[in-house]
Amino acid sequence: MEYFLQQLINGVTLGAVYGLIAIGYTLVYGIIGMINFAHGEIYMIGAFIAMIAFLILGPDGGGYLILALFTVLIVSMMLTAVYGWTLERLAYRPLRGSTRLAALISAIGMSIALQNYVQLTQGARTKAIQPVIQGGIELAERDGFAVSLSYIQIVIVVLTLALMASFSLVIGKTALGRAQRACEQDREMAALVGIDVDRTISITFVIGASLAAVAGTMAVFYYGVIDFFIGFLAGIKAFTAAVLGGIGSIPGAMLGGLLIGLIEAFWSGYFTTEYKDVAAFSILVLVLIFRPTGLLGRPEIEKV
Amino acid sequence: MAAGTLAERGRAFLPMALKEAGIAAGIALLLALPLVGAKTVSEGSAFVVTPRIVELAIGVVLVFAGRLAIASLRGGHHIPVVAAALALAALGWLFALPSAFLGVVTIAGGLAVACIGAIGLLRARRDRIPAAARIDSARLPRQALAWLGPALIALAILLPFLPFADRRVMDIAILVLTYVMLGWGLNIVVGLAGLLDLGYVAFYAVGAYSYALIARDFGLDFWSCLPLAGVFAAFFGIILGFPVLRLRGDYLAIVTLGFGEMIRIILLNWYNFTGGPDGISGVPRPTFFGLPFKRAPPEGVESFHQFFGIDYASIHRTYFLYFLVLALALITNAFTLRIRRLPIGRAWEALREDEIACRSLGINPTNTKLTAFAIGAMFGGFAGSFFATRQGFISPESFTFIESAIILAIVVLGGMGSQIGVVLAALVLIGLPEFFRELQEYRMLAFGACMVLITVWRPRGLLATRDPMIRLSRRRAPP
Repeated sequence: MEYFLQQLINGVTLGAVYGLIAIGYTLVYGIIGMINFAHGEIYMIGAFIAMIAFLILGPDGGGYLILALFTVLIVSMMLTAVYGWTLERLAYRPLRGSTRLAALISAIGMSIALQNYVQLTQGARTKAIQPVIQGGIELAERDGFAVSLSYIQIVIVVLTLALMASFSLVIGKTALGRAQRACEQDREMAALVGIDVDRTISITFVIGASLAAVAGTMAVFYYGVIDFFIGFLAGIKAFTAAVLGGIGSIPGAMLGGLLIGLIEAFWSGYFTTEYKDVAAFSILVLVLIFRPTGLLGRPEIEKV
Repeated sequence: MAAGTLAERGRAFLPMALKEAGIAAGIALLLALPLVGAKTVSEGSAFVVTPRIVELAIGVVLVFAGRLAIASLRGGHHIPVVAAALALAALGWLFALPSAFLGVVTIAGGLAVACIGAIGLLRARRDRIPAAARIDSARLPRQALAWLGPALIALAILLPFLPFADRRVMDIAILVLTYVMLGWGLNIVVGLAGLLDLGYVAFYAVGAYSYALIARDFGLDFWSCLPLAGVFAAFFGIILGFPVLRLRGDYLAIVTLGFGEMIRIILLNWYNFTGGPDGISGVPRPTFFGLPFKRAPPEGVESFHQFFGIDYASIHRTYFLYFLVLALALITNAFTLRIRRLPIGRAWEALREDEIACRSLGINPTNTKLTAFAIGAMFGGFAGSFFATRQGFISPESFTFIESAIILAIVVLGGMGSQIGVVLAALVLIGLPEFFRELQEYRMLAFGACMVLITVWRPRGLLATRDPMIRLSRRRAPP
């Protein structure tokens, strides 16, 4: 029971990170119908920017740790958002109206280029920082096995919940959110009623990238180690999460992220860690075969 | 730069161009500030950040200059831009920049801008010639294409006998041909049947491992294993394809990617069977139909040079491998060209164009897709066993996602379904970087950037002209 509880806590934390990345996939897929394959690299870049910003501020954040961490988060979100914007502008906008395949190839090329760009500028070695937020709450203990909920896990889950709540508000209530939903339904019609479609798509990428940057920042402080290759697997798993929840659906992305996080945590906790990535891929395959629309997705009707 | 001349030509134009370039440089500064401007270096156990201001500044200036050049070209100022770009390239050549990469970007970028400017200039001149006097530029490439295929085959056959064909050139040629073969194999799946497969490397891996394992455990030679490897790979294609081929385009891509990664992870972790990360070494090298390429063959076995009564040279094996992969690739090509004319090939292409129409015509989409998947996988398996016998050592390292991406890029950038396009794309993407080994570190960065640039420049591939397989005898009037 205690072991189960511990895996549950780890899984929810992991799921929060995946959920934040998955929103980026689902938003972009919803609005332009393409898989933004480079989104995992955006997450990786967010993690690197957060680490560099933190290293510049100093190991104890110049005395004001909370303020320093908040600064790191904001800096990472803003600079990563610029990456997201540029990615769309350079690699996807020229291909608007072209085939899906062309956009996917461009995205794969961008993913390879970004990965190698970070490898070249920052080196191929794994980077590590000292744990910043230490300590936690001990929930239960039996036979020497303690269930602990660390402060960083609380921060991650609370921050994710807050972001998702405010993000849902933005999508549901503001003019920007309405424009976005309109573009999702019918881009031409939206343009006819005076919505700047290009701008809306750019903003979508900016939002997706800044949420991925939050996930990256959390990964830096949670795991403490990053390298230039983390984006690939995290990206695939987050995409799996988005598909599992039903691609195009924002609550679906959050739910899918949570499920993938839990599955991975329980799989590594009860079976083997070696095949945990196989578990994620198998889930993806099974979902796509038996329920291609995902858990919360709407079925897509194919017309001639 | 040539700001003075620009100002003389159009006063209203310059502020616009400068503003555009300024915005681009500002964005470049924001992008490069954290990752180029700061470098994490390890100091003992901890990491610290050191600034890299010079690189950052040069990078931003280059972006500014490049954007200004593009804006000026659009404004019609060709000559000053070409001159300035050439001057910049010369500067990059003469002065040592802080990193080799910046030097290459400066020179290549300057030359590229100069080329674009020169082409624009020529085009502007040509437009003054009356239309009737111009050469029909649309028909020219098609006529050239008809000759390109046979010419390339002749060149490929003659290559080992050419004076410059030393070992390095032959190795690169073998590598390029391996990718051409993989590209042709994948072209059946992606180009003909229109199924986006991001996990083609799985079949390549299955082929390589089946050869290595069969040769290790049962002692069969290359020629017996080759068909077996193809059969195994096709079998895997059917197993993997059956559940997923109902999926639409990009979903299929991600699932095949997942399968590719799963096979790699299984190869990596099933230590008893595959040797895990250590791989399999001592994979038997190819024999010339039973005659080994060895200086001193074992007792009772005649080696290649003894049989033909020539002196031993280690390059004989390279030549043999080259002709082997050339033959395999040409078989793949011939097979594809033939099967396109058979009902099944026609069904693939019809399915690619419109699945619903096909279904209503009585074509079973799942079975048709499955044959394409299996046949594509079979050629991947052949290429895999060739790879194993060429390397003599295989490990899961060789079968990462990046390989799938490269093969897919070759197919898509070549122009989907175009056989010659695959050759051209393989030459550009595999051959060129191999000749610039000195810039090894930047190879993949340039590769990714090339993928984006070529896609943006020609979204339908380098050779996008696709002739219809059947023509109606009587042309109808255009609607």
